Amino acid sequence: MSRLISIPGILFAAFAGLAVQPAVAETPSQVLASVESAAKAAPGFKGFSAVRGEQFFTTTHGNDWSCTSCHTDNPAAAGKHAKTNKVIQPLAPSANPERLTDPAKVAKWFKRNCNDVLGRVCTPQEQGDVLSFLLATQK
Amino acid sequence: MPKCKHKSGGVLAVVAIVLGVAASAAQADDRHDRKYGGENRGKPVQPAQTNAKWRQECASCHIAYAPGLLPAESWRKVMAGLDKHFGSDATLTTQENKEITDFLVIHASNRWSAPTAPLTITGTAWFKRKHDDGEIAPAIWKNPLVKSPANCGACHPQAENGDFEEHDIRMPR
Repeated sequence: MSRLISIPGILFAAFAGLAVQPAVAETPSQVLASVESAAKAAPGFKGFSAVRGEQFFTTTHGNDWSCTSCHTDNPAAAGKHAKTNKVIQPLAPSANPERLTDPAKVAKWFKRNCNDVLGRVCTPQEQGDVLSFLLATQK
Repeated sequence: MPKCKHKSGGVLAVVAIVLGVAASAAQADDRHDRKYGGENRGKPVQPAQTNAKWRQECASCHIAYAPGLLPAESWRKVMAGLDKHFGSDATLTTQENKEITDFLVIHASNRWSAPTAPLTITGTAWFKRKHDDGEIAPAIWKNPLVKSPANCGACHPQAENGDFEEHDIRMPR
């Protein structure tokens, strides 16, 4: 009996897994580690800070938008695109397990959003601080 | 009696005008390439087979606008300017950009004959005519649930699937 129930369950899990699996699947800590190895290249690197990341996340940097304009000040909550109202799923992996599992997607959105918010790319230090903040945020 | 004659003559004239207008409207309908001064959306606006990359990338920030809503040249221009896409950086890899541009261009409006290529769907003649004051009260546009004329889904619940049928329209209150 239990076998009969578990087989479709396994099939479903496998199928659902395939649907969300990015091209190169990683864990959020692997993504953070590769940002860290880039950050270490800068002289005087002293590690990442979730507190600094939160500060960076919630303040503006010369342009109209901050990260919170679309993502709210709670990374575990869903946000809304400031211009189009399109719902944006939570950034914190605690609330959205798909987040920070695809390094190419993380890099793509850092590039785009840093350009919008800062008018430049973010340094590995800034990226690592923000990632640490996102990882530290609990649901 | 002469009065009566005059009256029926007037009626006939009105009927003739109405028929004439109806006939010319029907003719215009047949010549879709001339409709809206040549700025007409395609039919269908959405192909039966869509592209996964197009949906995934374009629908990150807004609905994936159906390719038939704009002519091919508009899509080429939009896709060439993604670094400043309506004020946001929406850049893609070269390969992604090519795949999505190809999809948009192949399925762009097939009823567009004007030498124009607007950068926005709201800038097209067909859009303006379909959404002018006679069709939509100005107050609707000010509704926070609408927010922007780019927010098709506010009134067209099936916009995401390229369905803008009139009987499906639901104006938010």
